[in-house]
Amino acid sequence: MTVSQSSFQAALLDPSLAAPNGLCNPDGQQASKRYDVYRNNVAVSLTDALVAGFPVLHKLVGDQFFRAMAGVYLRKHPPKSPLMMYYGEEMPQFLRRFQPAQSLKYLPDIAKLEIAMRRAYHAADATPIDPQRLSEIAPNQLLSSRVRLAPALAIIRSDYPIHAIYLANTTADAPAPIMRPETVLVTRPNLDPEIHLISQASASCIATLMQGSPLGETLTDETLDLGATLSLLLGQSAVTEIY
Amino acid sequence: MLDHNSDNHLPPLPGVGYKPQHYSAILADPAPVGWLEIHAENYMGNGGRPIAQLRHLAERFPISVHGVGLSIGGEGALDKDHLARLKHLVDWLNPASFSEHLAWSTHDSHFLNDLLPLPYTETTLTRVCDHIDEVQETLNRQMLLENPSSYLAFAESTLSETEFLRRVTQRTGCGLLLDVNNVFVSATNLKTSPQDYIDDFPLTAVGEIHLGGHDEDEDETGAPLLIDSHGAAIVDPVWALLDYTLERSGPKPTLIEWDNDVPDWPELAAEATRAATALSKVTA
Repeated sequence: MTVSQSSFQAALLDPSLAAPNGLCNPDGQQASKRYDVYRNNVAVSLTDALVAGFPVLHKLVGDQFFRAMAGVYLRKHPPKSPLMMYYGEEMPQFLRRFQPAQSLKYLPDIAKLEIAMRRAYHAADATPIDPQRLSEIAPNQLLSSRVRLAPALAIIRSDYPIHAIYLANTTADAPAPIMRPETVLVTRPNLDPEIHLISQASASCIATLMQGSPLGETLTDETLDLGATLSLLLGQSAVTEIY
Repeated sequence: MLDHNSDNHLPPLPGVGYKPQHYSAILADPAPVGWLEIHAENYMGNGGRPIAQLRHLAERFPISVHGVGLSIGGEGALDKDHLARLKHLVDWLNPASFSEHLAWSTHDSHFLNDLLPLPYTETTLTRVCDHIDEVQETLNRQMLLENPSSYLAFAESTLSETEFLRRVTQRTGCGLLLDVNNVFVSATNLKTSPQDYIDDFPLTAVGEIHLGGHDEDEDETGAPLLIDSHGAAIVDPVWALLDYTLERSGPKPTLIEWDNDVPDWPELAAEATRAATALSKVTA
Protein backbone atom coordinates (compact mmCIF):
# COMPACT_ATOMS: atom_id res chain seq x y z
CA MET A 1 0.00 0.00 0.00
CA THR A 2 1.67 3.23 -1.09
CA VAL A 3 0.45 6.68 -0.13
CA SER A 4 0.84 9.02 -3.11
CA GLN A 5 1.67 12.66 -2.51
CA SER A 6 -1.45 13.52 -4.53
CA SER A 7 -3.69 11.75 -2.05
CA PHE A 8 -1.71 13.10 0.92
CA GLN A 9 -2.07 16.64 -0.41
CA ALA A 10 -5.73 16.38 -1.41
CA ALA A 11 -6.87 15.47 2.09
CA LEU A 12 -4.68 18.18 3.66
CA LEU A 13 -6.80 20.90 2.11
CA ASP A 14 -10.15 19.11 2.08
CA PRO A 15 -11.45 18.28 5.56
CA SER A 16 -14.27 16.17 4.04
CA LEU A 17 -11.68 13.61 2.84
CA ALA A 18 -10.47 10.94 5.27
CA ALA A 19 -6.76 10.63 6.01
CA PRO A 20 -5.12 8.42 3.35
CA ASN A 21 -4.86 4.69 4.10
CA GLY A 22 -1.36 3.46 4.83
CA LEU A 23 -0.51 5.98 7.55
CA CYS A 24 -0.37 4.47 11.00
CA ASN A 25 0.41 4.97 14.66
CA PRO A 26 3.16 2.91 16.36
CA ASP A 27 0.68 0.07 16.93
CA GLY A 28 -0.04 -0.16 13.20
CA GLN A 29 -3.52 1.37 13.48
CA GLN A 30 -4.97 4.13 11.27
CA ALA A 31 -3.61 7.51 12.38
CA SER A 32 -6.21 10.12 11.55
CA LYS A 33 -5.52 12.50 14.43
CA ARG A 34 -1.81 12.24 13.68
CA TYR A 35 -2.52 13.13 10.06
CA ASP A 36 -4.53 16.09 11.34
CA VAL A 37 -1.29 17.59 12.70
CA TYR A 38 -0.25 18.22 9.08
CA ARG A 39 -3.71 19.54 8.18
CA ASN A 40 -3.49 21.96 11.06
CA ASN A 41 0.11 22.99 10.30
CA VAL A 42 -0.75 23.81 6.70
CA ALA A 43 -3.89 25.80 7.53
CA VAL A 44 -2.33 27.67 10.46
CA SER A 45 0.93 28.50 8.71
CA LEU A 46 -0.80 29.80 5.59
CA THR A 47 -3.31 31.76 7.67
CA ASP A 48 -0.48 33.28 9.72
CA ALA A 49 1.30 34.24 6.49
CA LEU A 50 -1.83 36.07 5.34
CA VAL A 51 -2.23 37.80 8.72
CA ALA A 52 1.39 38.98 8.47
CA GLY A 53 0.95 40.03 4.85
CA PHE A 54 -2.30 41.98 5.27
CA PRO A 55 -2.07 43.73 8.66
CA VAL A 56 -4.54 46.50 7.78
CA LEU A 57 -7.07 44.12 6.23
CA HIS A 58 -6.73 41.99 9.38
CA LYS A 59 -7.38 45.01 11.58
CA LEU A 60 -10.34 46.18 9.50
CA VAL A 61 -12.28 42.91 9.62
CA GLY A 62 -11.01 41.57 12.96
CA ASP A 63 -9.06 38.43 13.79
CA GLN A 64 -11.98 35.99 13.82
CA PHE A 65 -13.40 37.11 10.46
CA PHE A 66 -9.95 37.30 8.88
CA ARG A 67 -8.97 33.77 9.94
CA ALA A 68 -12.27 32.32 8.72
CA MET A 69 -11.82 34.16 5.41
CA ALA A 70 -8.19 33.00 5.18
CA GLY A 71 -9.39 29.40 5.60
CA VAL A 72 -11.52 29.80 2.47
CA TYR A 73 -8.81 31.70 0.59
CA LEU A 74 -5.98 29.24 1.25
CA ARG A 75 -8.07 26.32 -0.06
CA LYS A 76 -9.03 28.22 -3.18
CA HIS A 77 -5.58 29.76 -3.72
CA PRO A 78 -2.85 27.63 -2.16
CA PRO A 79 0.61 29.16 -2.71
CA LYS A 80 2.22 28.54 -6.08
CA SER A 81 5.73 29.31 -4.81
CA PRO A 82 7.69 28.90 -1.57
CA LEU A 83 8.16 32.68 -1.33
CA MET A 84 5.61 33.32 1.40
CA MET A 85 6.51 37.02 1.40
CA TYR A 86 4.41 37.33 -1.75
CA TYR A 87 1.56 34.99 -0.73
CA GLY A 88 -1.91 36.45 -1.20
CA GLU A 89 -1.60 37.96 -4.70
CA GLU A 90 -5.16 36.90 -5.58
CA MET A 91 -6.66 38.50 -2.47
CA PRO A 92 -8.18 41.55 -4.26
CA GLN A 93 -10.09 39.38 -6.78
CA PHE A 94 -11.02 36.92 -4.03
CA LEU A 95 -12.47 39.68 -1.84
CA ARG A 96 -14.51 41.07 -4.72
CA ARG A 97 -16.39 37.75 -4.89
CA PHE A 98 -16.31 36.79 -1.20
CA GLN A 99 -19.96 37.14 -0.17
CA PRO A 100 -19.49 37.84 3.57
CA ALA A 101 -17.27 40.87 2.76
CA GLN A 102 -19.55 42.45 0.16
CA SER A 103 -20.58 45.35 2.40
CA LEU A 104 -16.97 46.54 2.70
CA LYS A 105 -16.39 47.61 -0.90
CA TYR A 106 -12.98 49.14 -0.20
CA LEU A 107 -11.38 45.88 1.03
CA PRO A 108 -10.10 44.73 -2.40
CA ASP A 109 -8.25 48.02 -2.91
CA ILE A 110 -6.78 47.92 0.61
CA ALA A 111 -5.52 44.41 -0.27
CA LYS A 112 -4.00 45.80 -3.48
CA LEU A 113 -2.26 48.53 -1.49
CA GLU A 114 -0.85 46.06 1.03
CA ILE A 115 0.42 43.81 -1.77
CA ALA A 116 2.10 46.83 -3.41
CA MET A 117 3.74 47.78 -0.09
CA ARG A 118 5.08 44.25 0.39
CA ARG A 119 6.45 44.22 -3.16
CA ALA A 120 8.02 47.62 -2.50
CA TYR A 121 9.61 46.33 0.72
CA HIS A 122 11.33 43.53 -1.22
CA ALA A 123 11.93 45.48 -4.45
CA ALA A 124 15.40 45.83 -5.92
CA ASP A 125 17.57 48.57 -4.46
CA ALA A 126 18.01 51.58 -6.71
CA THR A 127 20.46 54.48 -6.56
CA PRO A 128 18.59 57.79 -6.91
CA ILE A 129 19.94 60.69 -8.95
CA ASP A 130 20.94 63.94 -7.26
CA PRO A 131 17.82 66.19 -7.56
CA GLN A 132 20.19 68.89 -8.86
CA ARG A 133 20.52 66.92 -12.08
CA LEU A 134 17.07 68.10 -13.13
CA SER A 135 18.01 71.78 -12.95
CA GLU A 136 21.09 71.13 -15.06
CA ILE A 137 18.96 70.11 -18.04
CA ALA A 138 18.51 72.88 -20.61
CA PRO A 139 14.88 74.10 -20.66
CA ASN A 140 14.50 73.28 -24.36
CA GLN A 141 15.55 69.67 -23.66
CA LEU A 142 13.43 69.10 -20.56
CA LEU A 143 10.23 68.05 -22.30
CA SER A 144 12.02 65.51 -24.47
CA SER A 145 13.82 64.01 -21.43
CA ARG A 146 12.81 60.67 -19.96
CA VAL A 147 13.29 59.32 -16.46
CA ARG A 148 13.83 55.86 -15.08
CA LEU A 149 11.92 55.23 -11.85
CA ALA A 150 12.74 53.00 -8.87
CA PRO A 151 11.30 49.47 -9.05
CA ALA A 152 9.59 49.94 -5.66
CA LEU A 153 7.16 52.48 -7.12
CA ALA A 154 3.47 51.58 -7.51
CA ILE A 155 0.22 53.45 -8.11
CA ILE A 156 -3.09 52.25 -6.64
CA ARG A 157 -6.26 54.00 -7.83
CA SER A 158 -9.46 53.49 -5.87
CA ASP A 159 -13.06 54.70 -5.77
CA TYR A 160 -12.65 54.67 -1.97
CA PRO A 161 -10.51 56.67 0.49
CA ILE A 162 -7.80 54.00 0.75
CA HIS A 163 -5.08 56.43 1.82
CA ALA A 164 -7.17 57.71 4.72
CA ILE A 165 -8.33 54.21 5.68
CA TYR A 166 -4.75 52.94 5.65
CA LEU A 167 -3.52 55.83 7.80
CA ALA A 168 -6.45 55.55 10.23
CA ASN A 169 -5.44 51.93 10.88
CA THR A 170 -1.69 52.40 11.12
CA THR A 171 -1.05 55.77 12.75
CA ALA A 172 -2.27 57.45 15.91
CA ASP A 173 -4.42 60.60 15.58
CA ALA A 174 -5.07 60.12 11.86
CA PRO A 175 -8.22 61.91 10.68
CA ALA A 176 -11.35 59.83 10.05
CA PRO A 177 -11.68 58.87 6.36
CA ILE A 178 -14.24 60.77 4.29
CA MET A 179 -15.96 59.04 1.39
CA ARG A 180 -14.14 59.99 -1.84
CA PRO A 181 -11.95 58.35 -4.49
CA GLU A 182 -8.25 58.36 -3.63
CA THR A 183 -5.09 57.46 -5.52
CA VAL A 184 -1.97 56.36 -3.68
CA LEU A 185 1.67 56.35 -4.71
CA VAL A 186 3.84 53.74 -2.97
CA THR A 187 7.51 54.68 -2.67
CA ARG A 188 10.53 53.34 -0.81
CA PRO A 189 12.92 56.25 -0.19
CA ASN A 190 15.27 54.06 1.85
CA LEU A 191 14.28 50.71 3.35
CA ASP A 192 10.70 51.38 4.46
CA PRO A 193 7.80 51.76 2.01
CA GLU A 194 5.75 54.95 2.28
CA ILE A 195 2.36 55.93 0.88
CA HIS A 196 1.44 59.30 -0.59
CA LEU A 197 -1.95 60.67 -1.60
CA ILE A 198 -1.65 61.97 -5.16
CA SER A 199 -4.02 63.55 -7.69
CA GLN A 200 -5.42 61.65 -10.69
CA ALA A 201 -3.36 63.94 -12.93
CA SER A 202 -0.18 63.19 -11.01
CA ALA A 203 -0.92 59.45 -11.13
CA SER A 204 -1.41 59.57 -14.92
CA CYS A 205 1.84 61.52 -15.28
CA ILE A 206 3.83 59.00 -13.20
CA ALA A 207 2.23 56.07 -15.03
CA THR A 208 3.28 57.64 -18.36
CA LEU A 209 6.82 58.17 -17.08
CA MET A 210 6.94 54.54 -15.88
CA GLN A 211 6.29 53.48 -19.47
CA GLY A 212 9.42 55.38 -20.54
CA SER A 213 7.65 58.26 -22.29
CA PRO A 214 9.28 61.71 -22.32
CA LEU A 215 8.18 64.36 -19.82
CA GLY A 216 6.40 66.32 -22.55
CA GLU A 217 3.95 63.48 -23.14
CA THR A 218 2.70 63.66 -19.57
CA LEU A 219 1.27 67.16 -20.07
CA THR A 220 -2.14 66.02 -21.28
CA ASP A 221 -4.06 67.15 -18.18
CA GLU A 222 -4.16 70.87 -17.48
CA THR A 223 -4.63 70.24 -13.77
CA LEU A 224 -1.21 68.52 -13.59
CA ASP A 225 1.41 70.24 -11.45
CA LEU A 226 4.47 68.69 -13.11
CA GLY A 227 6.90 70.50 -10.80
CA ALA A 228 5.20 69.14 -7.67
CA THR A 229 5.01 65.63 -9.13
CA LEU A 230 8.71 65.64 -10.03
CA SER A 231 9.72 66.98 -6.63
CA LEU A 232 7.69 64.26 -4.93
CA LEU A 233 9.49 61.63 -7.02
CA LEU A 234 12.91 63.20 -6.47
CA GLY A 235 12.26 63.68 -2.75
CA GLN A 236 11.28 60.03 -2.44
CA SER A 237 14.53 58.89 -4.11
CA ALA A 238 12.34 57.43 -6.85
CA VAL A 239 14.19 58.80 -9.91
CA THR A 240 17.19 56.67 -10.78
CA GLU A 241 18.10 58.15 -14.17
CA ILE A 242 17.26 61.13 -16.36
CA TYR A 243 18.24 60.88 -19.99
CA MET B 1 30.29 13.42 -4.77
CA LEU B 2 31.52 16.91 -3.99
CA ASP B 3 34.58 18.05 -2.09
CA HIS B 4 34.05 19.93 1.12
CA ASN B 5 34.52 23.67 0.97
CA SER B 6 37.34 23.67 3.48
CA ASP B 7 37.85 27.29 4.55
CA ASN B 8 34.26 28.28 5.25
CA HIS B 9 32.68 26.19 8.03
CA LEU B 10 30.30 26.86 10.90
CA PRO B 11 32.25 26.95 14.19
CA PRO B 12 31.38 24.35 16.89
CA LEU B 13 29.60 27.05 18.93
CA PRO B 14 25.97 27.95 19.64
CA GLY B 15 24.05 29.69 16.89
CA VAL B 16 20.53 31.10 16.75
CA GLY B 17 17.86 31.29 14.10
CA TYR B 18 18.00 34.97 13.12
CA LYS B 19 14.87 37.07 13.62
CA PRO B 20 14.81 40.68 12.38
CA GLN B 21 13.49 41.94 15.74
CA HIS B 22 16.83 40.90 17.30
CA TYR B 23 18.98 42.76 14.76
CA SER B 24 20.19 45.57 17.03
CA ALA B 25 20.50 43.37 20.14
CA ILE B 26 22.64 40.81 18.30
CA LEU B 27 24.97 43.45 16.93
CA ALA B 28 25.26 45.10 20.36
CA ASP B 29 25.97 41.92 22.36
CA PRO B 30 26.00 38.64 20.48
CA ALA B 31 27.65 36.54 23.23
CA PRO B 32 27.57 33.54 23.36
CA VAL B 33 26.33 33.25 19.78
CA GLY B 34 29.01 32.41 17.25
CA TRP B 35 26.94 32.18 14.07
CA LEU B 36 23.45 32.80 12.69
CA GLU B 37 21.01 30.79 10.62
CA ILE B 38 18.52 32.28 8.17
CA HIS B 39 15.64 30.76 6.26
CA ALA B 40 16.65 30.94 2.61
CA GLU B 41 13.17 31.86 1.35
CA ASN B 42 13.00 35.04 3.46
CA TYR B 43 15.98 36.44 1.56
CA MET B 44 14.83 35.74 -1.97
CA GLY B 45 13.33 39.16 -2.58
CA ASN B 46 15.11 41.54 -4.94
CA GLY B 47 16.43 43.97 -2.33
CA GLY B 48 15.35 46.13 0.59
CA ARG B 49 15.80 45.76 4.32
CA PRO B 50 16.05 41.93 4.63
CA ILE B 51 18.97 41.73 2.23
CA ALA B 52 20.61 44.89 3.58
CA GLN B 53 20.49 43.40 7.10
CA LEU B 54 21.81 40.06 5.90
CA ARG B 55 24.75 41.70 4.10
CA HIS B 56 25.64 43.52 7.31
CA LEU B 57 25.27 40.46 9.55
CA ALA B 58 27.36 38.36 7.16
CA GLU B 59 30.29 40.74 7.76
CA ARG B 60 30.18 39.85 11.47
CA PHE B 61 28.98 36.25 11.65
CA PRO B 62 29.28 32.98 9.76
CA ILE B 63 25.85 32.40 8.20
CA SER B 64 24.01 29.12 7.75
CA VAL B 65 21.36 29.16 5.02
CA HIS B 66 18.51 26.81 5.91
CA GLY B 67 15.99 26.12 3.14
CA VAL B 68 12.37 25.28 3.89
CA GLY B 69 10.92 25.22 0.38
CA LEU B 70 12.97 22.99 -1.91
CA SER B 71 10.77 19.90 -1.42
CA ILE B 72 13.65 17.44 -1.72
CA GLY B 73 11.34 14.54 -0.90
CA GLY B 74 8.82 15.56 -3.57
CA GLU B 75 7.59 13.00 -6.13
CA GLY B 76 7.94 15.56 -8.91
CA ALA B 77 11.06 17.28 -10.24
CA LEU B 78 12.67 20.03 -8.17
CA ASP B 79 11.31 23.53 -8.89
CA LYS B 80 13.97 24.91 -11.27
CA ASP B 81 13.00 28.53 -10.59
CA HIS B 82 13.35 27.98 -6.87
CA LEU B 83 16.69 26.23 -7.27
CA ALA B 84 17.91 29.16 -9.39
CA ARG B 85 16.84 31.63 -6.66
CA LEU B 86 18.69 29.51 -4.11
CA LYS B 87 21.80 29.46 -6.27
CA HIS B 88 21.68 33.25 -6.58
CA LEU B 89 21.49 33.63 -2.78
CA VAL B 90 24.25 31.12 -2.09
CA ASP B 91 26.47 32.63 -4.79
CA TRP B 92 26.41 36.19 -3.44
CA LEU B 93 26.32 35.31 0.26
CA ASN B 94 28.81 32.41 0.19
CA PRO B 95 27.39 31.05 3.48
CA ALA B 96 29.28 28.70 5.78
CA SER B 97 26.58 26.06 5.33
CA PHE B 98 23.47 25.20 3.36
CA SER B 99 20.89 22.76 4.70
CA GLU B 100 17.43 21.46 3.78
CA HIS B 101 14.93 18.90 5.03
CA LEU B 102 14.13 15.24 4.43
CA ALA B 103 10.55 16.19 3.58
CA TRP B 104 8.35 17.45 0.78
CA SER B 105 6.32 20.66 0.63
CA THR B 106 5.40 21.13 -3.03
CA HIS B 107 3.21 18.89 -5.13
CA ASP B 108 1.55 19.60 -8.45
CA SER B 109 2.80 23.25 -8.36
CA HIS B 110 1.19 23.87 -4.97
CA PHE B 111 3.41 24.85 -2.05
CA LEU B 112 1.95 23.75 1.29
CA ASN B 113 4.31 25.60 3.66
CA ASP B 114 4.87 22.56 5.87
CA LEU B 115 7.45 19.78 6.03
CA LEU B 116 5.48 16.73 4.93
CA PRO B 117 6.64 13.16 5.55
CA LEU B 118 7.74 10.48 3.12
CA PRO B 119 7.97 6.71 3.41
CA TYR B 120 11.44 5.19 3.58
CA THR B 121 11.75 2.79 0.64
CA GLU B 122 14.27 2.06 -2.13
CA THR B 123 12.10 4.19 -4.46
CA THR B 124 12.08 7.26 -2.23
CA LEU B 125 15.77 6.78 -1.45
CA THR B 126 16.64 6.99 -5.15
CA ARG B 127 14.45 10.04 -5.64
CA VAL B 128 15.88 11.91 -2.63
CA CYS B 129 19.45 11.09 -3.74
CA ASP B 130 18.74 12.30 -7.28
CA HIS B 131 17.38 15.58 -5.91
CA ILE B 132 20.34 16.05 -3.56
CA ASP B 133 22.76 15.37 -6.43
CA GLU B 134 20.98 18.05 -8.46
CA VAL B 135 21.12 20.56 -5.57
CA GLN B 136 24.78 19.93 -4.82
CA GLU B 137 25.75 20.12 -8.48
CA THR B 138 23.76 23.33 -9.01
CA LEU B 139 25.10 25.04 -5.88
CA ASN B 140 28.55 23.52 -6.33
CA ARG B 141 28.76 22.74 -2.63
CA GLN B 142 27.89 20.08 -0.12
CA MET B 143 24.51 20.37 1.60
CA LEU B 144 23.27 19.05 4.93
CA LEU B 145 20.00 17.08 5.13
CA GLU B 146 17.88 17.36 8.30
CA ASN B 147 16.00 14.50 9.98
CA PRO B 148 12.26 15.28 10.31
CA SER B 149 9.79 15.26 13.19
CA SER B 150 7.43 12.32 12.67
CA TYR B 151 3.81 12.18 13.83
CA LEU B 152 2.96 8.93 12.05
CA ALA B 153 4.56 6.03 10.21
CA PHE B 154 4.05 4.72 6.67
CA ALA B 155 2.99 1.08 6.43
CA GLU B 156 5.02 0.84 3.20
CA SER B 157 8.39 1.86 4.76
CA THR B 158 11.10 -0.80 4.49
CA LEU B 159 14.07 1.16 5.86
CA SER B 160 14.61 2.82 9.22
CA GLU B 161 15.14 6.58 9.13
CA THR B 162 18.76 6.25 10.28
CA GLU B 163 19.47 3.63 7.61
CA PHE B 164 17.81 5.83 4.99
CA LEU B 165 19.91 8.85 6.01
CA ARG B 166 23.11 6.80 6.16
CA ARG B 167 22.56 5.56 2.61
CA VAL B 168 21.74 9.09 1.40
CA THR B 169 25.10 10.33 2.73
CA GLN B 170 26.92 7.37 1.16
CA ARG B 171 25.34 7.87 -2.24
CA THR B 172 25.42 11.69 -2.49
CA GLY B 173 28.26 12.76 -0.20
CA CYS B 174 25.90 15.15 1.57
CA GLY B 175 26.23 15.85 5.28
CA LEU B 176 23.48 15.68 7.89
CA LEU B 177 21.80 18.17 10.16
CA LEU B 178 20.79 16.33 13.31
CA ASP B 179 17.75 17.93 14.96
CA VAL B 180 17.81 16.52 18.49
CA ASN B 181 14.35 17.86 19.28
CA ASN B 182 13.01 16.11 16.18
CA VAL B 183 14.62 12.88 17.41
CA PHE B 184 12.88 13.28 20.76
CA VAL B 185 9.52 14.20 19.18
CA SER B 186 9.63 11.30 16.69
CA ALA B 187 10.74 8.76 19.29
CA THR B 188 7.95 9.79 21.66
CA ASN B 189 5.33 9.76 18.91
CA LEU B 190 6.45 6.43 17.43
CA LYS B 191 7.29 4.76 20.79
CA THR B 192 10.98 4.22 19.99
CA SER B 193 14.13 5.07 21.93
CA PRO B 194 15.79 8.42 21.17
CA GLN B 195 19.12 7.08 22.50
CA ASP B 196 18.93 4.10 20.13
CA TYR B 197 18.31 6.54 17.27
CA ILE B 198 21.43 8.55 18.20
CA ASP B 199 23.45 5.33 18.59
CA ASP B 200 22.44 4.30 15.09
CA PHE B 201 22.86 7.76 13.51
CA PRO B 202 25.88 8.35 11.24
CA LEU B 203 27.33 11.01 13.57
CA THR B 204 30.50 11.52 11.53
CA ALA B 205 28.35 13.04 8.77
CA VAL B 206 26.77 15.59 11.13
CA GLY B 207 27.67 19.19 10.26
CA GLU B 208 25.15 20.90 12.52
CA ILE B 209 22.76 20.20 15.40
CA HIS B 210 19.33 21.80 15.89
CA LEU B 211 17.49 22.28 19.18
CA GLY B 212 13.99 23.66 19.59
CA GLY B 213 10.82 23.59 21.61
CA HIS B 214 7.73 21.46 21.00
CA ASP B 215 4.08 21.36 22.05
CA GLU B 216 2.38 18.45 23.81
CA ASP B 217 -0.89 16.86 22.65
CA GLU B 218 -2.48 13.39 22.56
CA ASP B 219 -3.77 11.24 19.73
CA GLU B 220 -7.25 9.63 19.73
CA THR B 221 -5.98 6.67 21.77
CA GLY B 222 -4.61 8.94 24.50
CA ALA B 223 -0.99 8.33 23.44
CA PRO B 224 1.33 11.34 23.69
CA LEU B 225 1.63 13.32 20.47
CA LEU B 226 4.43 15.90 20.49
CA ILE B 227 4.36 18.62 17.87
CA ASP B 228 7.48 20.35 16.61
CA SER B 229 6.44 23.98 17.05
CA HIS B 230 9.69 25.94 17.46
CA GLY B 231 7.54 28.09 19.71
CA ALA B 232 8.73 27.34 23.25
CA ALA B 233 11.78 26.78 25.44
CA ILE B 234 13.76 23.56 24.95
CA VAL B 235 12.68 20.92 27.50
CA ASP B 236 15.13 19.17 29.87
CA PRO B 237 14.92 15.71 28.21
CA VAL B 238 16.01 17.33 24.92
CA TRP B 239 18.96 19.03 26.67
CA ALA B 240 19.86 15.61 28.11
CA LEU B 241 19.66 14.08 24.63
CA LEU B 242 21.98 16.84 23.38
CA ASP B 243 24.53 15.84 26.05
CA TYR B 244 24.13 12.19 25.04
CA THR B 245 24.73 13.15 21.39
CA LEU B 246 27.69 15.46 21.99
CA GLU B 247 29.45 12.81 24.11
CA ARG B 248 29.43 10.62 21.00
CA SER B 249 29.85 13.20 18.24
CA GLY B 250 32.17 15.73 19.87
CA PRO B 251 31.40 19.46 19.61
CA LYS B 252 29.20 20.53 16.70
CA PRO B 253 27.68 23.86 15.63
CA THR B 254 24.47 23.84 17.70
CA LEU B 255 21.48 25.99 16.79
CA ILE B 256 18.60 27.28 18.92
CA GLU B 257 15.51 27.39 16.66
CA TRP B 258 12.70 29.60 17.93
CA ASP B 259 10.40 30.66 15.08
CA ASN B 260 6.99 31.26 16.69
CA ASP B 261 6.13 33.34 19.76
CA VAL B 262 9.72 34.55 19.48
CA PRO B 263 11.07 35.78 22.84
CA ASP B 264 13.14 38.87 23.53
CA TRP B 265 16.86 38.54 22.90
CA PRO B 266 17.95 37.84 26.51
CA GLU B 267 15.71 34.76 26.72
CA LEU B 268 17.01 33.42 23.40
CA ALA B 269 20.61 34.23 24.38
CA ALA B 270 20.05 32.28 27.64
CA GLU B 271 19.16 29.17 25.61
CA ALA B 272 22.33 29.70 23.56
CA THR B 273 24.33 29.99 26.81
CA ARG B 274 22.92 26.64 27.92
CA ALA B 275 24.05 25.16 24.58
CA ALA B 276 27.51 26.71 25.12
CA THR B 277 27.69 24.95 28.52
CA ALA B 278 26.78 21.62 26.91
CA LEU B 279 29.41 22.15 24.20
CA SER B 280 32.08 23.07 26.77
CA LYS B 281 31.63 19.68 28.49
CA VAL B 282 32.95 17.78 25.47
CA THR B 283 36.21 17.96 23.58
CA ALA B 284 36.89 17.40 19.94
